[in-house]
Amino acid sequence: MSVQVLLPGALAPLAGGARHLHVDPRGGTLADVLDALAAEHPMLTRRIRDETGQVRRFVNVYVDGDDVRFGGGLATPVRSGAEVHVLPSVAGG
Amino acid sequence: MTDLLAIGTRKGLWLARSDDGRRTWALDGPHLVGQEVAAVSIDTRRPAPRVLAGVQYGHWGPTVTWSDDLGGTWHETDSGAIRFPADTGAALGRVWQLRPDTAARPDVVWAGCEPHSLWRSTDGGCSFSLVRGLWDHPHRPTWEPGAGGGAVHTVLPDPDTRRVTVAMSTGGVYVSDDGATGWRPHNRGISAVFLPEPPEYGQCVHKVAADAGDPRRMYAQNHFGVFRTDDGGASWISIADGLPADFGFPIAASPSVPGTAWVVPLVADVQRMPPDGRLRVHRTRDAGDTWTEVGAGLPDGVWTAVLRDAFCTDDVDPAGLHLGTRDGCVYASADEGDSFGVVAEHLPDVLVVRAARLP
Repeated sequence: MSVQVLLPGALAPLAGGARHLHVDPRGGTLADVLDALAAEHPMLTRRIRDETGQVRRFVNVYVDGDDVRFGGGLATPVRSGAEVHVLPSVAGG
Repeated sequence: MTDLLAIGTRKGLWLARSDDGRRTWALDGPHLVGQEVAAVSIDTRRPAPRVLAGVQYGHWGPTVTWSDDLGGTWHETDSGAIRFPADTGAALGRVWQLRPDTAARPDVVWAGCEPHSLWRSTDGGCSFSLVRGLWDHPHRPTWEPGAGGGAVHTVLPDPDTRRVTVAMSTGGVYVSDDGATGWRPHNRGISAVFLPEPPEYGQCVHKVAADAGDPRRMYAQNHFGVFRTDDGGASWISIADGLPADFGFPIAASPSVPGTAWVVPLVADVQRMPPDGRLRVHRTRDAGDTWTEVGAGLPDGVWTAVLRDAFCTDDVDPAGLHLGTRDGCVYASADEGDSFGVVAEHLPDVLVVRAARLP
């Protein structure tokens, strides 16, 4: 299956400048999508997850428009053709 | 002859260069713009000097990055230079300290991090291994974070032996005599005003510096109290008499003159500001027996603080001193603190300064 990952501009340089990536996860969860992303773009994926695998505190991930933090987290099901949207949250000063 | 001063701030890194013996400085930056740079080192042991920086990419997490061309390009290990092993269940919070070892150990670099942990690199800082002896120490679960977070913030490798000394807030001073495998607390004599009885460990030691003449003589700026040890940390005595305040964050020792060290006193505990708003350095020439206020050129009307790593010497004789404030001013002295000039103003909060004469 193929999933589209949408990146914010701040992360695009770590994906060769691309804002849209297609990944082919081995399974059907968000964790599988991020694992597939890590295989291709390890530095990019470190910006999204820490070394325990958790999505960083101020990073929001949406699957087909739903914030996974209020859903299944890394176990959120991801269908073929889904859109996984990575966004920075509003934080800082 | 070029002197380099690296200035890490809450929103980027600046590099200042002096080509006239540290009289004037040209500022270059920001590098790593927008990123918190809490740790930086200038490693002059390499053919090309390496600037190593511990950065926090805002929302995107911490890492170590380096430049071998004085900021022209920056590099990062794909998988991350510092990654907690899976069995620890921990994740890197912040890099607080990057410390190149001696010239005799040219590829070794130490890192002190949050959560409380010590790391060792044998490839010049591209990748680090967790020092298990300290991580697995039975005291570690009871080390508490200070206001800035719980971290190993000081690493002092002995130049002649396998001894390594670390300090942390809180936790205090720990020493290893076997190359960082076994660790013992070394805090006897250091106060802990926030605890009912003087503890074996748990002190809030803000910074430790080693004397130029004897690495077993060290100076500590504590959360209240300035102390000296002459026996490698086994016992500490107060050397705060003569200072206008015994609180502060940094302490620095001369790289070449035994007995010479500097502190930047702050009124505390609530204010944490220079006494009477006068930003000054206090210098001892006799290992803390007496102190003299120095710092001509440093301003009055200063109601900010100098953080633990925002004060350093360089490796030149006579020593230069470099000082950065939380309101973004940086001052430099080429005469052991007698007088200072302005290097920069209006930067973000200065978190760390490091200086070296480039080979």
